[in-house]
Amino acid sequence: MYRYTDFDRAFLTSRTEQFRAQIRRRLDGHLTEDEFKPLRLMNGLYLQLHAYMLRVAVPYGTLSSAQMHRLADIADRWDKGYGHFTTRQNVQFNWPRLVDVPDILDSLAEVDMHAVQTSGNCIRNVTADHFAGAAADEVADPRPTAELIRQWSTDHPEFAYLPRKFKLAVIGSQIDRAVMKAHDIGLRLRHDTDGTPGYQVVIGGGLGRTPMIGKVLRDFLPQGDLLPYLESILQVYNLSGRRDNKYKARIKITVHETGIDAIRAAVEARFQVQKTRFDGSDQVLLAAIEADFAPPAPVDLATHPFETALKTNPVFRSFVDTNVAEHKRADYAIVTVSLKKPGATPGDASAAQMRAMADIAARFGYHELRISHEQNIILPHIHRAHLPAVFQALKAADLACVNIGLISDIISCPGMDYCALATARSIPVAQQIALRFQALDQEREIGPVKVKISGCINACGHHHLGHIGILGLEKAGVESYQITLGGDAGADMALGTRTGPGFSADAILPAIERLIATYLDLREPGEVFIATYRRLGMTPFKTALYGEKELSDAA
Amino acid sequence: MPALSPKILTANTLISGEVVYLGREGHWVTTFRDALLIVDPVTANDVLAEAEAQTGTVVGAYLIEAAQSRDGRPVPTHFREGLRMRGPSNLFHGKQADQPL
Repeated sequence: MYRYTDFDRAFLTSRTEQFRAQIRRRLDGHLTEDEFKPLRLMNGLYLQLHAYMLRVAVPYGTLSSAQMHRLADIADRWDKGYGHFTTRQNVQFNWPRLVDVPDILDSLAEVDMHAVQTSGNCIRNVTADHFAGAAADEVADPRPTAELIRQWSTDHPEFAYLPRKFKLAVIGSQIDRAVMKAHDIGLRLRHDTDGTPGYQVVIGGGLGRTPMIGKVLRDFLPQGDLLPYLESILQVYNLSGRRDNKYKARIKITVHETGIDAIRAAVEARFQVQKTRFDGSDQVLLAAIEADFAPPAPVDLATHPFETALKTNPVFRSFVDTNVAEHKRADYAIVTVSLKKPGATPGDASAAQMRAMADIAARFGYHELRISHEQNIILPHIHRAHLPAVFQALKAADLACVNIGLISDIISCPGMDYCALATARSIPVAQQIALRFQALDQEREIGPVKVKISGCINACGHHHLGHIGILGLEKAGVESYQITLGGDAGADMALGTRTGPGFSADAILPAIERLIATYLDLREPGEVFIATYRRLGMTPFKTALYGEKELSDAA
Repeated sequence: MPALSPKILTANTLISGEVVYLGREGHWVTTFRDALLIVDPVTANDVLAEAEAQTGTVVGAYLIEAAQSRDGRPVPTHFREGLRMRGPSNLFHGKQADQPL
C-alpha cells in the first residue's frame, strides 16, 4: 500500500488546522453560512436530514487494518457506532457534530486518511477495481495510477472550481468491476501491440438525471502522457462546461452537446501544449508509488484444510462458491464479505464488525481490505489454506452471509432516511426485498441478479445499471417507485429501460416478486435473469407487472 | 391576505445539525409536538425572516406544511417531515431514540 510521505502528512495537518479555524470563525460570526458552506463541503461535511454527515475518502477502495480500526474508533467516539460504505468507495458517518469534525479529521490524518474533495465541484475520490492487485484477469494493478491521480488532483489550484463535480475510475482488467464507463473519466490499463503500457481513456459517462455511457476519447494513451492528457481534458471542460445550468454542467453533457470528435480535437490541441510542461518527474513519482503496491509475499502452505472443509462442510462450500473469487495465484483467493445480510442496511458496518474485519485481514490477509462500489468489503489476498478459519471468524462476527451477486446483495443509497436530496426511502425497500426472498428460500434458485435502488434521480444507487433498477420518487405527496429492467454495470454497460408507471411503497415488493416469478417461469435451463430478459425483451415482464388489460389499454 | 394552510418553521442547529422547530414560546424546540402552528401569512414571513437572521444558531430555516391532530398537537403532512420528526426508519436513532415524540 501507498505510504504517506512527510509532504502528505504536512498537507493534511495544515488542511485540518485551516478547517478548524474556519469552523471557529463560523461559530464566532466572522463567516456567514453562505461563506462557510463551500469550505465545509470541500472537507466532506454535508448537512443532511437529521444531522451533519462526514464523507471520508477511501482512495481506490484500499484500506489497511489500522485504518479500518480507526474508522471503528471514530464511529464509537464521535458517531453512533457504525459507518456506511458507499458506491464511490467512501465511508460516511451520519451523526457527527460540527464542533467535533476537526478532531475526527485529525484522527483520520494519523492513519493517512482524509475527507478532502469528497464533495464540491472538484475532482472527487478516485475509485478503482476492488479486486485490484489480486484479480486473475488483470493486466496491471490500477492503484498506482489512481494514487498518482489522487496526488495530482488534491488541491490542484486550476481545478478547484470546475463547472460541476468530476469523478475518475481506473481499472486494470477487461472485466469492469468499477463502473468505469459511468465516470467523467474512466481509465483502463492496457498495453499497445508492441507491449508499451498505457490506457484506454473513456469520457462523458455518468448516471443521474441524464444517464450516459462513456465514449472512448483515446483508445491508447502511453503511460507517460497521462497527467498532461488529463489536464488537457480538464482544461477543455473547465472552459466549455456549462456553468449556466447545474443540470447540464457535467462533462457528459459537454460531450453530448459538442460531440466526441470536437472534444477530442480540442483535447489533442491542448495536449500539444500541456505535454511540454511535464518533465517526466511525474513518471519518477509513479515508479516510486508502484513499488509501494508490490504484491504481498506469498506463503507456501498445504491447502488440505481447505479441501477437507469443502468436502465436509456444505455451508462453507456454499460460501466459497458464492463469496470467493479467483486470485491471480492459484493457491490464494479473494473473499468478499457481504454487508447485505437480509434485513440489514446495505453498506452499513458496526464498529465491532469493522474491527472483526480488520483483525481477520491482519491475521490472514496482509492487513489489507477493500471497499467495493457494491458496498461490500473485500479481503483481497487470502491463502486458500486459511479460508476455513476466515469463514469461521466471519461467522463469529455475523459477517458470513452467503449472498454475493444474489438478489439480496442489493446496492442501495441512504435515501430519504438520511439524505436531504432524496425523494423517497431506499433502505426499507432493499430490506423488504432481501427478507422476502430469504423467507421464500428462493435466493439460490433465482441465481445471479443485480438489484440497485436509488432514492432520487441523482442515482447514487446506480439504479440505471441494475438488472432490476428501482428509483424512488415522490408522487402526489407519497413515495412512488419506478422500475427499470435490463441495465448492466459490466464491460458491456447498458442502461435499463423503464417498465411503465411506478408502484407505491406497498406495491413495490409484490411487483418485484411478480418479475422474479415470471423469470423463473420462462427461463431456459441455466439462464440467469439478465439473459432471460435479453432473450425475451420487456413484454412478459411488463405483463407480469401491469396485467394484459392495462397493457392493451395503454397501447 | 388570504388564510394560510397551517405552517411550522423548522431548521437545523448550527452546532449539531439537529432538527429544530420554532416553539410556542418563541424559542427553538426539538420536538414537533411543541412547535408553533402558524396560520397567519404575515407571521409566517416574519418568523422565517427572523430565523434566517439567526445565523449563529440555526441554518437552513424553512416553513413546512402541518396539520392539527385531534388532541390539538401539530403533525407534519409530508412524509419527509415525518422522517425528520422521528429519525431514520432503518435504525432507532435520532429523535425517536432521544425523547418522547
